[in-house]
Amino acid sequence: MEELTKQQPGGAASYTDKLSKYLIVYVAILILAGLQFVIAYQHVDVGTMIFRMFAIAFLEAGLAVVFFMHLGSENRVFVTWVALVTLFVFAALQYSWTDSYRMERDSPKSFQNGPPQ
Amino acid sequence: MSHSDLAMDAHSAVHERSSPFAIPTKKLAMWLFIIADAATFAACLLAYGFLRNGSQNWPTPFKFYPTVVNAMVMTFILVTSSLTMFMGVRSAKQGNRGAAFRWTVITAVGGAIFAILHLREWMSMIDEGVRLFKNPWGNDLFGASFFTITGLHLTHVVIGIVVLLVVGGRYKSGRLNADDLEITGLYWHFVDLVWMFVVPLIYLLNVQK
Repeated sequence: MEELTKQQPGGAASYTDKLSKYLIVYVAILILAGLQFVIAYQHVDVGTMIFRMFAIAFLEAGLAVVFFMHLGSENRVFVTWVALVTLFVFAALQYSWTDSYRMERDSPKSFQNGPPQ
Repeated sequence: MSHSDLAMDAHSAVHERSSPFAIPTKKLAMWLFIIADAATFAACLLAYGFLRNGSQNWPTPFKFYPTVVNAMVMTFILVTSSLTMFMGVRSAKQGNRGAAFRWTVITAVGGAIFAILHLREWMSMIDEGVRLFKNPWGNDLFGASFFTITGLHLTHVVIGIVVLLVVGGRYKSGRLNADDLEITGLYWHFVDLVWMFVVPLIYLLNVQK
């Protein structure tokens, strides 16, 4: 038990929480993962399917990050920093989507009625 | 040296020793790695989304059995291994080295089963004629994106298994402490977390209906 008293700040206290809490999180993640498989066989368009699956994936990831990785009990400034940097990187990566529609239609949106004269 | 110089030296020494964000330096380094690695996976998944969205003949070849069932089993194993990793770190934080080592080995075994199932699936796809730049179903880039993304993830799993066994063994022998095992656990949970995004994008959007 000596190590328990030597712990540095950074979420260590969370490891003294009740085990049942983590078992509930584990079951919740499994149920959410199962839900993704159900959604895969729904007859909806790809956009709706991606939205639903991603919503569930982010929920699963959130549970894993907050409880298993204990980000929730880290320093508040650090949590905010991690969240902001991650969101910024993910947002910056979205720039290419519009171009994928151009690929699909073989021409930029502004060219769809013919090339400019 | 004057009294004020001594006070300043003591102040700067304390300042240098305190870790940023009040968390241990090794843990901070792991979090920085996780953010960078998350960006790598996000870029790969977005590139895949770009190709899939921009292609009119993207194949949807995955049958319920064996591919989707295999993905379900792999998901179950990886999520369960996250729980066993948590149990290992929890035991380590309570100073129980034996239990911590056992849970860490169980986690590594879970990872190994995951890797074997994954490789078995790769082999069956290769048998069906799927290669990096051709496949029998449609868009040639399907194989490239599938093998690249699942391969990157599988590489992380294999590295994780090795690291778990090494860190677990060194923790048991007293050369590493509970914090080191916790940091290894962060990596393993991240590998599990990435799989939660790989499954819907790579497998479930391409199921045969």
